[in-house]
Amino acid sequence: MRPYRPKDNLQAKAYYNDRFWVAPRIPEEPVEDPVFAADLASLQEHYPIQRAYIQRGQLVIHIDAKENKEVLRYLKEELGYDVLSELSAIDYLAQDGEFEIFYQLLSLEKAKRIRVKCRIKEHEAIESVESIFRSADWSEREMYDMFGIKVNNHPNLKRILMPDDWVGHPLRKTYPLHGDEAAQWYEVDKIFGKEYRDIIGPEQRDAAFVDPNDTCNFARIKHEVPRCADPNSEPIRIEKFNDDAPFVETFDLKKAKIVNRDR
Amino acid sequence: MAQHQVNYAASGGLPVALTTVDKLVNWGRTNSLWVLTYGLACCAIEMMASGASRYDFDRFGVIFRASPRQADVMIVAGTLTKKHAEFIRRLYDQMAEPKWVISMGSCANTGGMFNTYATVQGVDRVIPVDIYLPGCAPRPETLQYAVMLLQKQIRKRSIFQKPKPKRLV
Ligand code: SF4
Repeated sequence: MRPYRPKDNLQAKAYYNDRFWVAPRIPEEPVEDPVFAADLASLQEHYPIQRAYIQRGQLVIHIDAKENKEVLRYLKEELGYDVLSELSAIDYLAQDGEFEIFYQLLSLEKAKRIRVKCRIKEHEAIESVESIFRSADWSEREMYDMFGIKVNNHPNLKRILMPDDWVGHPLRKTYPLHGDEAAQWYEVDKIFGKEYRDIIGPEQRDAAFVDPNDTCNFARIKHEVPRCADPNSEPIRIEKFNDDAPFVETFDLKKAKIVNRDR
Repeated sequence: MAQHQVNYAASGGLPVALTTVDKLVNWGRTNSLWVLTYGLACCAIEMMASGASRYDFDRFGVIFRASPRQADVMIVAGTLTKKHAEFIRRLYDQMAEPKWVISMGSCANTGGMFNTYATVQGVDRVIPVDIYLPGCAPRPETLQYAVMLLQKQIRKRSIFQKPKPKRLV
């Protein structure tokens, strides 16, 4: 949970700065569960397992990336983990120069979940597991689309979410959130052509932006001048309404009470 | 057989109505705004609600069409992704003149909360917009008010005037 911070004056602050919160890591526990211990022992006879531990009741094993297909086949055919529910990658390029690829498996019979992890370097490819689990087809395409990880022997390796002519791989940590130049002008370039960039102009990304000197488009709260007037001119003060609205009483600021809402 | 004697001149009931061509054409245009359903995200649910019996869009002559060639208005209801931008432009081009666009909800107006690489930051980067409808999501009443504003806007214009050039043709 994030620590609670009072949010009373959030309206006055245009920018929210509590963004880069790092979640604590889930603790790793030794493999004591008898079902997992038996599965792990059986796996270790055939393939070298680099690390194995339990996280939140799930067995996590780290293997060599070259053996991913054999390990998954063994898990499916011998140990009964017959559903591949998720497969993707995590970008650790800045830390270790590697991608971590994970396979999330489920055994309906044992009601157990197991996560297989392996690491590859940036320009290495991984072997497709599509021939073992059909669900890996689209997941591997998504992994290729989002991270640019090549998958060997995949039947149809092309982008799945982004358009085919997209530049870059958006889920990499180095990809800017607002897109690189090709992404920011993508629709303009594609529909109208590059010469239209000047007419349409760059994207307005900052929704909280208020230009205090532009009085035609923005009102400055507590210092409201007439529209398009000089920003430093005298603000408008409405003293009386009663002239044009005889039944409306003028609001007396001195009598006003500002309620302090404590939450 | 009863004999009816109608004094047209006296009761103001002359079976002739005098009007201008403008008023006649605009009357026809404003009261049968057929819209192209363009549900892209959650705003589409509100758009569907406006069309259904409770809010009853038919009262305004608004009928949803699934083909751009039969539509006068495009209600862009939802988040426009960059992958989809090219198709919205193509469908807009396929609509017959005169045509109008209502941009419904924050996402269609400015990209809304999706301040990311994959969202078009406002449909007016791709097609010209006549009415911007704020809200996330705008209630069906708001959409109906937008249609009424559009009708007002259409009524104000003479059909002989050249339409004002829009930002993107
Ligand atoms: S404006 Fe809000 S309700 Fe409408 S599509 Fe965007 S997120 Fe959904």
